[in-house]
Amino acid sequence: METAVLDNRTIELDKDGNLANRDDWNENIAQEFANMEGVGELNERHWIVINFMRKEFDAKGDAPSIRKLTKESGVSTKELYALFPKGPAKKAAKIAGLPKPKGCI
Amino acid sequence: MMKRIVILGAGTAGTIMANKLRKALKPGDWSITIVDKEETHYYQPGFLFIPFGIYGKQDVIKPKRQFFPKNIEVIISEIDRIAPDVNKVYLQNADALDYDFLVVATGTEICPEEIEGMKEELWHKSIFDFYTLEGAMALADFLKTWEGGKLVLNIAEMPIKCPVAPLEFLFLADDFFRKKNMRDKVDITLVTPLDAAFTKPIAARELGDFMEKKGINIVTEFNIGRVENEEKKIVSWDEREVEFDLLVTIPTNMGIKAIERSEMGDELNFIPTDKHTLQSNGWENVFVIGDATDLPSSKAGSVAHFQADILFENMMSAIAGKPLEANFDGHANCFIESGGGKGLLIDFNYETEPLPGKFPFPGIGPFALLKETRMNHLGKMGFRWLYWNMLIKGRDLPLEPHMSMAGKYIPEEEAETV
Ligand SMILES: Cc1cc2nc3c(=O)[nH]c(=O)nc-3n(C[C@H](O)[C@H](O)[C@H](O)COP(=O)(O)OP(=O)(O)OC[C@H]3O[C@@H](n4cnc5c(N)ncnc54)[C@H](O)[C@@H]3O)c2cc1C
Repeated sequence: METAVLDNRTIELDKDGNLANRDDWNENIAQEFANMEGVGELNERHWIVINFMRKEFDAKGDAPSIRKLTKESGVSTKELYALFPKGPAKKAAKIAGLPKPKGCI
Repeated sequence: MMKRIVILGAGTAGTIMANKLRKALKPGDWSITIVDKEETHYYQPGFLFIPFGIYGKQDVIKPKRQFFPKNIEVIISEIDRIAPDVNKVYLQNADALDYDFLVVATGTEICPEEIEGMKEELWHKSIFDFYTLEGAMALADFLKTWEGGKLVLNIAEMPIKCPVAPLEFLFLADDFFRKKNMRDKVDITLVTPLDAAFTKPIAARELGDFMEKKGINIVTEFNIGRVENEEKKIVSWDEREVEFDLLVTIPTNMGIKAIERSEMGDELNFIPTDKHTLQSNGWENVFVIGDATDLPSSKAGSVAHFQADILFENMMSAIAGKPLEANFDGHANCFIESGGGKGLLIDFNYETEPLPGKFPFPGIGPFALLKETRMNHLGKMGFRWLYWNMLIKGRDLPLEPHMSMAGKYIPEEEAETV
């Protein structure tokens, strides 16, 4: 099992480098993940997305797709990509302490 | 009193269900009504071969009525909306229908208008789809005289029906241009939102190798934001650009608009459905099958066929007032045409990704899993006969609805990490 030192603790990660246990998550860890992913300082708009993801995950057991995010969170696709460059769904899930969204097939 | 089952959509899944249910339920007790907007049944897997002149229109169409059982009511009309709280379906050119049980089998459709600039000047001039008969026919015409350039195949977003079809298209394109002695004039690139050629790792590696061998380029994690018609390029949301001379698009796949109007779907108009029983999450007497569901299984004809065995059993239980005990396991079985008269076969379910081995008889085959053989190509071409003559008529095939591990093995490298 992979581990990393985050928020001054040793924390277990899954095979994608996301948190293995959701309970380990806190806002400091979110910021550290954001730095690692090149997202930078998390602002109010980032938090709207992160909180929406966490809420959706609690309700559905999977992180929402980008389409659902933009339809329901009030953040446009354009802005989403500006906030989380390259892979908003994947990066926001990691920062929110969730597993990588399941690819649909 | 006579009770009624209404089936919406007479494509692959709806037609199978009509046949299975009619055979099991007495016409005096149960009336069965099926609704579709079209008289023609399209063999969609055949669309893949049309752009390359391997199939023509006549090879992929037959009248729907040829495949319906006797003693069902057939209504040709566009579905307007479902009112599941009062067990009613509203139609565009016919009276509203009341039902005791509803089966929704309305499939998925492509929505090019979801992407800015997609359906403008270049649509069906330099930009084509092959998920509709018109698109595939227009592309066939275009390819007859095309002199080469940049061929880009773009998948707009997941999920799409038949997720291997785009790869098959590329393999066939490679073969097509080779045979025309112009492969050196065509630059072929797959532009995908995924991080590899396919979603499942072992198959993705195998298929990725194939692409490399055939000189097909790949651009990954590309989420298309718009098409620039004048400059002929596609641009991602994070402003990466890919130029094209010929763009083959797999646009966003969505459930039909009637589902949206009925407020029964998710953000893509797919209906939230129990992934094991196929009962809708919202209504006890509404069942969903095939591409119309939000299931995490593949959207494919083979899947619809396996689901039909399960759904049939569960509807019979529901009719008898018993609990729903049949469980769908996500089983999918897809031939992948790889060009040059060869093909691959993959067999998988919710839990098990496509693995190498033999199918359906362990050690014998005749089909080889995840391996390129001539036999698999024959399987793919033979599927059309099976489809028209056995599958949609609801006849039993010698295939189990549940996936079996017999005959499969886990490659060594993976076995170590599992
Ligand atoms: C290019 C291509 C290649 C493919 N290759 C393969 C393959 O090799 N193997 C495989 O297993 N699968 C393949 N598929 C997928 C397969 O065709 C579908 O998954 C399958 O047909 C799904 O069945 P369905 O009944 O859910 O939907 P469909 O068969 O699409 O049926 C839906 C029906 O609903 C009707 N309908 C829609 N809207 C309305 C409305 N508003 N009112 C009334 N009626 C309506 C339609 O007319 C249609 O008859 C391929 C698909 C494509 C496009």
